[in-house]
Amino acid sequence: MRILVIEDDVETAGYLRKGLSESGHVVDHAATGPDGLAMALGDSYDALIVDRMLPGLDGLTLIKSLREQQISAPVLILSALGQVNDRVRGLKAGGDDYLVKPFAFSELLARLEALARRGGADDRVATRLKVADLEMDLLSRIVRRGGRQIDLQPREFRLLEYLMRHAGHVVTRTMLLEGVWDYHFDPQTNVIDVHISRLRGKIDKGFAAPLLHTVRGAGYSLRAPA
Amino acid sequence: MRRPNLVRSSAFRLTLLYMILFGTSVLGLLGFIYLSTVAVIDRQTEDTIDAEVRGLAEQYREQGLARLIDVIRLRSSVDGSDYYLLADPNLTPLAGNLVAWPKETPGAGDWIRLTVHRQNQSGASSRDVRAQLFTLSGGYRLLVGRDTHERTNLRDIVIKALAWSLAAALALGLVGGIVLSRRMLRRVEHVARTSQKIMAGDLSRRIAITGTGDEFDRLATSLNAMLDQIERLMTGMRLATDSLAHDLRSPLTRLRGRIELALRQPPQAARDREALADVLRQAEAALSTFDSLMKIAMAEAGVGTADLRVVDLAGIAGDAAELYEPVAEEREIRLCISTQAGAFVRAQPELLAQAITNLIDNAVKNTPSGGRIDVVVEARRSVVILCVADTGRGIPPADRERVLDRFVRLEESRSTPGAGLGLALVAAVARMHGARLSLEDAAPGLRVTLRFPLAREPELPVHARAVTQA
Repeated sequence: MRILVIEDDVETAGYLRKGLSESGHVVDHAATGPDGLAMALGDSYDALIVDRMLPGLDGLTLIKSLREQQISAPVLILSALGQVNDRVRGLKAGGDDYLVKPFAFSELLARLEALARRGGADDRVATRLKVADLEMDLLSRIVRRGGRQIDLQPREFRLLEYLMRHAGHVVTRTMLLEGVWDYHFDPQTNVIDVHISRLRGKIDKGFAAPLLHTVRGAGYSLRAPA
Repeated sequence: MRRPNLVRSSAFRLTLLYMILFGTSVLGLLGFIYLSTVAVIDRQTEDTIDAEVRGLAEQYREQGLARLIDVIRLRSSVDGSDYYLLADPNLTPLAGNLVAWPKETPGAGDWIRLTVHRQNQSGASSRDVRAQLFTLSGGYRLLVGRDTHERTNLRDIVIKALAWSLAAALALGLVGGIVLSRRMLRRVEHVARTSQKIMAGDLSRRIAITGTGDEFDRLATSLNAMLDQIERLMTGMRLATDSLAHDLRSPLTRLRGRIELALRQPPQAARDREALADVLRQAEAALSTFDSLMKIAMAEAGVGTADLRVVDLAGIAGDAAELYEPVAEEREIRLCISTQAGAFVRAQPELLAQAITNLIDNAVKNTPSGGRIDVVVEARRSVVILCVADTGRGIPPADRERVLDRFVRLEESRSTPGAGLGLALVAAVARMHGARLSLEDAAPGLRVTLRFPLAREPELPVHARAVTQA
């Protein structure tokens, strides 16, 4: 992916550039708002990472200008402001996701890839999801694996749906908390792990090839066996 | 600060305005009295003259010219304010106390005004006279007049009264105004002086209240209330930053110590990686502590109070309980939730959700396997009650206040992870939402109860309601 990082802090920018390049992405960097806007308008990127507080032109105004210019590349906002209404304002300005500093790089990468994917083939209108032999019918709300029907609680269904929509990609605990529970804080006990292991018990138990994998230090990934 | 200028003060301007209003009223009132009295006097004079003219004309008609001349001579001999003149058709005077027939302005009617110059022992004087002219049969002309000194006197009196009243009104207004301005200015100055002292750092000062309940008292009361609020916020902020600094120092010191320890040892890939992983873990713990402290500080300072909206507590508590249900099950704890409809509270849903998950988290950590946790939401007449009860160790009565403070962890729980901020956040969130928090013995176990003021059910937009019903 071609990614534009608009971030004024040199160290953070360097760390992002290095990490993203190592993950196989091509990274451009702008250190000020006006530079970032010019680069984003002048070139085409698969995704943008925009710091909220930038010299010259603040991040939210920059995103608004991009959207006015019909630039629809997904934007991940980075910010030190983590209050609920800060986030709401960020998303209203046209951002697609909001990550509060400090963040783990794995979190940023997972979110960025999820965004870029969403920007491409949009399957939100699909009524059926399929990963290997696991099938989910979104209308009848029936889940089958290998022809066998699996009973899921409503929340388990949403959890699996989220994982299936992000199949093949890493999904972090925070993403699950936000996407499935709409919680923007971390409960002290790692409750997500228990939910995942319960779900795993339902979809993987008794099948030769597991679909739901734990990615160490990052999160989970639902993917078809190689 | 510059001394308040009397002329520029609003009290002075008000006084001036009052003085002008007062003066104008006096002027208007006396003017009205003067004009209406003059009208009455004029009419009376005219009526009298009219009656006299008619009487004289009748005497002439009935008893002839000679009699009329006698009567006029008789009446003219009295030295008073009456004037008579009888003249023949050629305007030659026949009788009366005027020496000549006045020059008539044609078309002026029967009524004329004339000035009479009098000569007597006391000297010369001139009088304004109002007179009626009348033509008798045979062409004789008759003039009857009366001088208008009454009217002139009245005018003099009115003017004098006017001058005095005006002077009195202005003097009183001025004195009153000065006294009033001084009083008002003194109180304004008091407010200004007090605020300056407060700005200079003495936040405990308050503006004195006189107890009369007037506008100044009301102003002082609201200013004082504002100062109370500011002081509360300042104290909260100061406490928050103080404890933030204090609370972050220890994890950062640990972090630094760990790094120093690793650096002192000779490089060894495996051990260095382990140290790095350890450092990352500690950094994450410090960050999460920082996050909780920020949330507590903000909730305590009342930041975000403006974003409160009406939410269903039952839904929020249900979601939180459901999130922990698998964890509880894993630990063989029964997590039961019972809710009632209509449990509406004004809240910041995210903070409330976090407070409830903290309570359930605590309960899960403190309940032995085989135990039970009850999450109950009840809607009463004016309160909504949230209750999280477990069958764990409970908290001894002596410690119940203390556990609400930051970083307090009871001895028994040292072995479980956590920074000891869970209940402190719950307490801060409760305060922010105007809820009463109480910790009780659930025999066995702990029961934490939050009593929220009941909020009115949110008004759904019409289309949303239709959808809900369908």
